[in-house]
Amino acid sequence: MNKEIIEKLPEACEAPNSQKEKEGFMGNLKYLLIGAVFGLVFIKGEIVSWYRIQEMFLLDSFHMYGVIGSAVITGVISVFLIKRFNIKTIHGEEVVIKPKVFNKGQVYGGLIFGLGWALTGACPGPLYAQLGAGYFGIVITILSAIAGVWVFGKYRDKLI
Amino acid sequence: MIEFIKQPWPWYVAGPLIGLTVPLLLLLGNKSLGISSSLRHVCAMCVPAGIKFFDYNWRKEVWNLFFVAGIIGGAFIATQFLANDEPIILGELTKSRLSTYGLTDLGGLIPSELFGIDQILSFKGFVFFVLGGFMVGFGTRYAGGCTSGHTIMGLSNLQWPSLVATICFMIGGFAMTHLILPHLFKLF
Repeated sequence: MNKEIIEKLPEACEAPNSQKEKEGFMGNLKYLLIGAVFGLVFIKGEIVSWYRIQEMFLLDSFHMYGVIGSAVITGVISVFLIKRFNIKTIHGEEVVIKPKVFNKGQVYGGLIFGLGWALTGACPGPLYAQLGAGYFGIVITILSAIAGVWVFGKYRDKLI
Repeated sequence: MIEFIKQPWPWYVAGPLIGLTVPLLLLLGNKSLGISSSLRHVCAMCVPAGIKFFDYNWRKEVWNLFFVAGIIGGAFIATQFLANDEPIILGELTKSRLSTYGLTDLGGLIPSELFGIDQILSFKGFVFFVLGGFMVGFGTRYAGGCTSGHTIMGLSNLQWPSLVATICFMIGGFAMTHLILPHLFKLF
């Protein structure tokens, strides 16, 4: 095992950590805190509700479109400002955002996820939030999602 | 103040707060938002099985697992201490559609008639927990991201592959809701 030293990335992570400076347990706690705010907003905004997802796909309410739309607009403005004024991270590093590379997975995988989204009423983030909200059966959904990722990983070369 | 927070938050409060996660993660740690990746890290950490896709330095990405642990904790706090006990106010069409599905109890965040612990071993449970979860995991990784990684992070950075993915997420969701679910519920 040459574990930590291995930096070979056959496939880079798609939500990557681009920070050069290493972070320990304490450093990572700040992501726990951001996650907690995220989870709190998920619940109070009712985004993790199966009912709200049905309502969205039935075009019966503007709520979810408003949430996603205003989140994207906030993100677009933020990323624009970071790039425009070359804002550095708190460690003084240049902000790195890896481009998304197109492959047919975005179509096939996207459709499969969409079907599952309307069935479970949740994308991965809300699954964690539903669990936190006390719906313990969702453990099964999360384990099954992990199994789905594993099966994809096993057959990836044939799929992509 | 607490009473104010306890009400359901409107979209124009929840949406921008979610969007702010993007610059927060970038500026605090040079990290790109994405949640489905956490599922991959769990595979890489626990059952890599010599598969190339799971052979990467997941320790570098461990922040992501802290993040999702935070989501669980934040959801717990919101539910335990900041909940309002009113049922979610849904549109009329949704309510009548769900009643044709035989769902009588529209309380909580998700219907107990589908996602209750007692459903796990039933055929319904197999469809909604197992099949649904599998599609979410398999599909998001095949697509290279989920609603957070593609729709929020990818679109924030004006990435067209993320737009393609988002459109396909929506098509899949509409197909399930309009074409499949009405028939599926006849089976139960």
